[in-house]
Amino acid sequence: MLRSLWYSSRVRGWAVQIALLGGLLALLWWIAGNTLQNLAERGIRTGFDYLWRPARFPISESVVSYTPADDFFWAYVVGVTNTLWLSAITIVAATLLGLFVGLSRRSDNPLLSGLARIYVTVMRNVPLIVQLLFWYGIATSSFPAPREALNPLPGVFLSLRGVYAPGLIVAPGGGLLLGLGVLVVLLAIAVVLRWPRPPLGRPGWAAICAGGAVLTLWGMSRALGHPLALSFPEMAGLNFRGGTQLSPEFAAIIFGLTLYTAAFVGEIIRGGIEAVGKGQWEGGRALGLTERQIMFRVILPQALRVIVPPMTSQYLSTVKNTTLAVAVGYPELGLVVNTVINQTGQAIESILVMLGVFLTISLSVSLFMNWYNARVALVTR
Amino acid sequence: MTDRAAPTPSAPTPSDPRLPPRTRRRPLIKLLFGDLVSAALTVLAALAIVMLLPALNWALLDAHWHVAAPGDCRHGGACWAFVAAKSRLILFGLYPPSEQWRAMIVIALIVAMILASLSPRLRGGRLIAIWGGAIVAMLVLMGGGVLGLPPVPTSKWGGLPVTLLLAVLSLGLAFPLAVLLALGRRGRLPLARAISVTIIELVRGLPLVGLLFVAAILLPLLLPPDWTVDKLGRTLAALTIFAAAYLAEVLRGGLQGLDGGQQEAAEALGIPYWKTVWHIILPQAIQNVIPPLTNTAIVMVKNTSLVLIVGVFDMLSAARSAATDPAWPAPSTEAYLFVALIYFVICFGISVYSAHLETGVKSRRHG
Repeated sequence: MLRSLWYSSRVRGWAVQIALLGGLLALLWWIAGNTLQNLAERGIRTGFDYLWRPARFPISESVVSYTPADDFFWAYVVGVTNTLWLSAITIVAATLLGLFVGLSRRSDNPLLSGLARIYVTVMRNVPLIVQLLFWYGIATSSFPAPREALNPLPGVFLSLRGVYAPGLIVAPGGGLLLGLGVLVVLLAIAVVLRWPRPPLGRPGWAAICAGGAVLTLWGMSRALGHPLALSFPEMAGLNFRGGTQLSPEFAAIIFGLTLYTAAFVGEIIRGGIEAVGKGQWEGGRALGLTERQIMFRVILPQALRVIVPPMTSQYLSTVKNTTLAVAVGYPELGLVVNTVINQTGQAIESILVMLGVFLTISLSVSLFMNWYNARVALVTR
Repeated sequence: MTDRAAPTPSAPTPSDPRLPPRTRRRPLIKLLFGDLVSAALTVLAALAIVMLLPALNWALLDAHWHVAAPGDCRHGGACWAFVAAKSRLILFGLYPPSEQWRAMIVIALIVAMILASLSPRLRGGRLIAIWGGAIVAMLVLMGGGVLGLPPVPTSKWGGLPVTLLLAVLSLGLAFPLAVLLALGRRGRLPLARAISVTIIELVRGLPLVGLLFVAAILLPLLLPPDWTVDKLGRTLAALTIFAAAYLAEVLRGGLQGLDGGQQEAAEALGIPYWKTVWHIILPQAIQNVIPPLTNTAIVMVKNTSLVLIVGVFDMLSAARSAATDPAWPAPSTEAYLFVALIYFVICFGISVYSAHLETGVKSRRHG
């Protein structure tokens, strides 16, 4: 009887699980005891009351408005929006650059594919934080003073104080117009994609849509008194005036993170292209399509299925990589959390906030990408 | 920091008899200027190269290799003399200069151990035992306090030995943890599965910077007041648990790719569970996932540079503090390039080795 109990896998399973549960509870009990003792000894307050107290620390730049008189909760919100802002710009820019890099690596052109190969190898084998510090070092020590700012493109100036670029001035009513413009463009794209045979063919129809949209928006803009305007940076005294100013921190992070991420995106896209069967290329050639037509009309749409899952994890790690902005002092969530911990000593609550935010972002991005993946996945009939 | 990157797959050699004969190469001029788009791209690429030429000029032709005084670097190109002057600080941090031979031996030992592990003759339990001995020897050598070596506290450790030790130790300690987590997640026990999934997903959902904050700030609160774990140890703990979560997912991939018949056959033969895992499951599962495993190793080597954020004096922190020396005119670019070069050599070496391993596995399967 005992012997059969000893050798029963079911009994063993239960025994192992009970032991695991006991060990886990004992560990949690021990940690909780230690924590309470430590908190009491150091006189640290607990609970989330501090969220509503004024933060009293400055945040150097933010997407939403912030003053030190705002409460800690708002400081967290500022951190989260800065993180999301960084991530959004990086993801869009790196996807576009990565597509170019991925296609270049597959290109027949030896000059192009060689350059792309060197670029990817260097980017992937040097830690991101080294790259960020490198760009930040260049932006803060090797750039000239504003008076002698470098001017690589018309309207773009690089100087020690930051990067100046043309900016959009939005007067009252401008937001509405901008939103409307985006809506019209999306609608036009949807129509072009959905309508199998529009008059004058797809390019012709796209041109008609674009012309119509521009005319309508211009008319509306005129009716509203031109609420949108471009402003160019101009030298005024010792510094620039007008345009958009990017701080050296922000410029260094966006530049470094985009270059780094694009290398990984490029490799994912190349992998997706290579996963499409050789027969697809041969089929395309047999039909008399040019190589470029095959790539954009036959291969890439199929490669998308292979590309989506690794791209999801790449986007997620990009969001997590923005926390490295701490190293150059851009106030994203990690830096805000660190400052809050220094100010209040409430480490547990602050880290829980950070955990909560990142888990929420991870989960929502995965949910969205799963939905998208289900849409592009192969439907087997 | 958690990026997946498959090592560059090796192209099949042209002489491979299993492949159809190669089509005749198109002439270079046609590849470069075949049609309008190719020509435009070629011009673009050539322009990019021309724009990079000043950088080359800065780095090589105009560079200062030897200078009499730091101020001589103020004009012209790169100041490699700075790197030469500060190389001891960057490579060894604040380690006492008279004892730096010990740090140098540690670096040599790690490199030698890694090179020795590359040979496929030394595998399994023996290799693990040798690594264990080597690690203990390195820690003793770095810390001192025995055999007449003056003690050096971990707060004085720095530079390349810290970077290498953190990478090797975090991967080595994480591996057994990762095996347990992966087996737990794939196993039949619901409680073990729940614990594994929670740990893996929590750690993977958090950026490493967050975990390092947890280790630096939170860990002292969670442990008894009389336990003092120094900063290096706490950082190592964070890196280990991070590596364990990612390695566990890689190993899970290997386990999933394994035929279920292997375990059933072992059970039918009456082989105990842990022996099945050690002799049958793990060797095959690991062989399936060599590319992602080496990839995780590269990611972890790169991740050790993040310890700068919590104030551990690794190679990157040492370079950063060397660059703040006011005697030299703004040498941060040269300092970071030097660090980048060291990381590049290590990571590129691992990826080349991984590609080589992969072709070995492939040819054994086909042969």
